[in-house]
Amino acid sequence: MRGHLPPIFANAAGMLPLLSLEVVARHLMSNAMAARPSFAARLGEYSGRTFAVDPVDCPFVFVLTPQDGGTHLSVVREAVGFDARIAAPLVVLLGMIDGTYDGDALFFSRDLSIEGDTEAVLALRNAIENADLDLSTVLGFPQAMQGPVNRAARQVFMRVRRLLDAPEDSGPNGVANGVNLS
Amino acid sequence: MTKRLSLTLGSVLFNWPVKQWVDFYARIADEAPVDRVCLGEVVCSKRKPFVDDVTLEVVDRLERGGKEVVYATLALPTGKREIRDIGDMIQAGYQIEANDIATVHLLNGKAHSVGPFINIYNEDTLALHLKLGATRICLPPELPLESIRALAKGNEAVEVFAFGRPPLALSARCYSARSKGTAKDACQFVCEADRDGMNVETLDGVPFLAVNGTQTLGFVVTAAVRQVEALREAGVVSLRLSPQTCDMVRVASIFRDLADGSTTPEEAGESLSVLHLPGPLSDGFLRGVPGCTVAEVD
Amino acid sequence: MTTPLELVCPAGTPAGLRTAVDAGAHSVYCGFRDETNARNFPGLNFDRAEMREAAAYAHAHGAKIAIALNTFMRAGSTDLWKRGVDDAVAAGADALILADVGLVDYARKAHPKQRLHLSVQAAAATPEAIAFYRDRFGIARVVLPRVLTVEEVSRLTAHAAPCETEVFVFGGLCVMAEGRCMLSSYATGKSPNMTGVCSPPSHVTYREDRDALVACVGGFTIERFERGEPAGYPTLCKGRFVADGTMSHLFEDPVSLNAVTLLPRLAEIGVTAFKIEGRQRGRAYISTVVRAFRKVIDAMAAGKKIDLDELRGLTEGQRDTVGAYKKTWR
Repeated sequence: MRGHLPPIFANAAGMLPLLSLEVVARHLMSNAMAARPSFAARLGEYSGRTFAVDPVDCPFVFVLTPQDGGTHLSVVREAVGFDARIAAPLVVLLGMIDGTYDGDALFFSRDLSIEGDTEAVLALRNAIENADLDLSTVLGFPQAMQGPVNRAARQVFMRVRRLLDAPEDSGPNGVANGVNLS
Repeated sequence: MTKRLSLTLGSVLFNWPVKQWVDFYARIADEAPVDRVCLGEVVCSKRKPFVDDVTLEVVDRLERGGKEVVYATLALPTGKREIRDIGDMIQAGYQIEANDIATVHLLNGKAHSVGPFINIYNEDTLALHLKLGATRICLPPELPLESIRALAKGNEAVEVFAFGRPPLALSARCYSARSKGTAKDACQFVCEADRDGMNVETLDGVPFLAVNGTQTLGFVVTAAVRQVEALREAGVVSLRLSPQTCDMVRVASIFRDLADGSTTPEEAGESLSVLHLPGPLSDGFLRGVPGCTVAEVD
Repeated sequence: MTTPLELVCPAGTPAGLRTAVDAGAHSVYCGFRDETNARNFPGLNFDRAEMREAAAYAHAHGAKIAIALNTFMRAGSTDLWKRGVDDAVAAGADALILADVGLVDYARKAHPKQRLHLSVQAAAATPEAIAFYRDRFGIARVVLPRVLTVEEVSRLTAHAAPCETEVFVFGGLCVMAEGRCMLSSYATGKSPNMTGVCSPPSHVTYREDRDALVACVGGFTIERFERGEPAGYPTLCKGRFVADGTMSHLFEDPVSLNAVTLLPRLAEIGVTAFKIEGRQRGRAYISTVVRAFRKVIDAMAAGKKIDLDELRGLTEGQRDTVGAYKKTWR
């Protein structure tokens, strides 16, 4: 499958204790939420729903419940009792967060699948789109470092995606190749 | 005394052979208790030449039968000739039912009716059309009773789509032709085979829509039997019955009896359901639920 | 070419608007977060403050902003739409995109100097229909339906003057006459005209059936994608149906409009503005499509050759068509 992590990486990730994964993920998310306070408001009536975000190439699932006061996140082996599930290889999911990929295009090409409350998924997708997140924001870096960090991160992510044969990126960051006007 | 609801027979939307078309109107002229009859090709201008030759004769017959005759125009005119034909009908002094805004423009303030293919969803737009010369307005079939209440008050002009497969969409493309692998220009009038529209099913085999050339209709048959009283109270002045191949004289009689209070909605629903209808009865749009919703049996 | 061509781009969110402007949009269109606009999807659109900021951002970067209020006012609740018009004007809209003639009338009277565009949802497809809106309400530009051939666009553009014409060149394709389609309210109770949604996600369900992805709208199964087959959003008119014993995409294949090859011809016949569909799409789509089209428009102005393979991955079902612009579509 295109974009999948090699099993060795996925297995290694699977050996990490879920708790430490959860601690890291929560930390990154609270950075993102602090930088984008209007996130839950954009979700409107869909804040409070539970989303299972499933990196299909990894042996764990993120379970998110965005709420006004702060988003609840846990990492589990298998998700049960969610309102909606979004599944794709890990690099593809990351690429949606930073705007590298268009969710519709991923869905059309079958690189991403959804299940459950379609409307909630769409609300989440649109809220993430508007959050306009990049790596340095998620890592909580100060403003001054953001430019160089994001540029470096884009290069790295682009290489990783190529290496994994992930869908071609067409991001707003200008890394997509231009139109041939020869 | 409560006001008398009038009945309007809408244009035949389907491609009926000329003989069937002439016979249909002859019987309507002689037997159907309808007050107004709309005539004229609404869906596809390619069908028009066939009935043009006999239109005068049919109009005459209907008028002799005491019906008010209205000439309905194309719902989606695009070509120069189509527009010119509409202009000619206006010039000829026919009473016109406009089914698209170009026709309203051509009418230039002259008194006319508005058919169900013009978007009138609110009181402001309705008032504007009255100012432009509309004296009778058939509302789009998707409007719920709640909206109709706000629209029909105090103008004595509102008509509601009360019977027949609900018209849902129009296109430049002909689906009857497409389903046979040809384009509109080479259609060979394949739509003639489906006189109530060609049934369209989902992948599970559930009947869903009906195709009539460039037009798409619902599979169900609208039947506003349970709403007649509410519509009258709302100020609606006329009910529109849209022709299907079933016994339309009988349909008109049932609605006449309903409007006069000489039959109950239950009896009317029962009488309608034993006719040869192309689909189950529905009042979904009026109730503000999906238009495909089949009417509950009381 | 005397007047410069205008590239009109979609924005579903403030971030999308910034992306479109940065990618080279000459103008951006967007709507408020309610049923006054025809892309009333969850998580999409702009509140009042966001709209003011969006207009300021566009203007600061030399772009224009058009605000769409292109649904039909609900009987008894017309104030919601009128307030939308007032707020759009106050936010600094360069144009309002309207479909309901009642709302057009209100906007013209309440804001005599405001530039008004006629939405594609009004489906003005004849010189007479355009004249109706131009002569009575001073509509400055009409967005033409997507069911016309290039020849028809040419004739309409000539007759519409001084009213400008705008045509769709990329994105989703409506096969039915826009603003006159009730398929969605028939199947789901929610419609483009009344609620601003078509085949709404609230009524869409997907289910896996063996290896296939099965899509239902309002409980009607309208699509089945086998493994490896590109999927499309289950819009009712693009579903697979059975008619006369044959299963097919009866109304339209799941294809997207891509009229890039027709841009020179459309410019030649006097079309003022090229519109990209997709307020519901993400920033990745917006930036790629806008950038690519802007390059083509600039290349045309400089007399260079154009080539545009990269837009293909973003289209629905990963296939595209010049749609009704070529008469064979019919």
